[in-house]
Amino acid sequence: MGRFKKEGKKVVPDLNMGSMSDIIFMFLFFFMVITTMRESSLFVVIKVPKATEVQKLEKKALVSSINIGKPNQNYIKKLGPEPRIQLNDQFSEFTDIIEFVEAEKQRRNEVDRTMITWSLKVDEKVKMGIVTDVKQELRKASAFKVNYATSKVITK
Amino acid sequence: MAKKTPGLNTGSMADISFLLLTFFLLTSSINTDQGIQRRLPPPLQENQEVPKINQRNVLRILVNMHDQLLVNGEVLSDVRQLRSITKEFIENPTNDPHRSEKQAKYIDDLGENAMVSKGVVSLQNDRGTSYAMYIAVQNQLTMAFNELRDEYSQQRFGKPYEKISENQKKGVQKIYPISISEAEPSNYGGKK
Repeated sequence: MGRFKKEGKKVVPDLNMGSMSDIIFMFLFFFMVITTMRESSLFVVIKVPKATEVQKLEKKALVSSINIGKPNQNYIKKLGPEPRIQLNDQFSEFTDIIEFVEAEKQRRNEVDRTMITWSLKVDEKVKMGIVTDVKQELRKASAFKVNYATSKVITK
Repeated sequence: MAKKTPGLNTGSMADISFLLLTFFLLTSSINTDQGIQRRLPPPLQENQEVPKINQRNVLRILVNMHDQLLVNGEVLSDVRQLRSITKEFIENPTNDPHRSEKQAKYIDDLGENAMVSKGVVSLQNDRGTSYAMYIAVQNQLTMAFNELRDEYSQQRFGKPYEKISENQKKGVQKIYPISISEAEPSNYGGKK
């Protein structure tokens, strides 16, 4: 029996869990910051229309957005309620689109240039006139792959 | 001797923050872009000839500035009827002489002949049409083509369109191409 006799009481020391919460909090803050991040802040109010037949865009790096909508509260006094186009970080006119397309193409590899999807993020209340003008400009700039941004609804 | 303050038990702190973490993980969606995809036609050349299309092969959809629909000269009160109309027009199961013609075509991705409709959906809207209406129409048209593809693939391969191989998909896309032609918009709405 003596062989198996315990020599005193050995206790596994407790792990110090105090720093655990710090680590988790770090994760938490990371995700909180990530979720609020946007590529560029919007100056226009956009509520995209709903659709059922929605496809997801595969490569995020190959998407460039064109935003169309009413200026938001900070700009509506200066610019009026007419829908405006926002490219990158500024209000733009139709004539800027060709330039914008060229700049966006330059940013990508030569191989990917024809693969860029131009995502039209348009508010549902906007009239088709302005959208058509934008589409014509895109055609002129040979940017043919277009995506009409919509939110998905399941019911038909 | 000073009284020793008892240590706070911080063990459950990790649980609480885990809870918060999972909450944010679940609720956050790093917003992915989604929508209806289309291909714009290249700009018209100066002396380009407009291809002649037989009248029966065109489904004319007009949307006016009040978001009202006119399909082949008839008023349509509900957008949701557009799907079945488009499907019938392209499919033409009864070989109706007023609906689209079909032509046998060799599909190399499938290695066989298939009946391909010559039908084209012509969509014209006004400058005053709302974008919401435009998307609703586009959605109905997409739905029609997707259902046609799905039905074909179900019949031919016994699987829904989503499940067939990439090559087969390409073939089915050639049998039912999304043939929507958008005319230049009218401008009855007045100001540009």
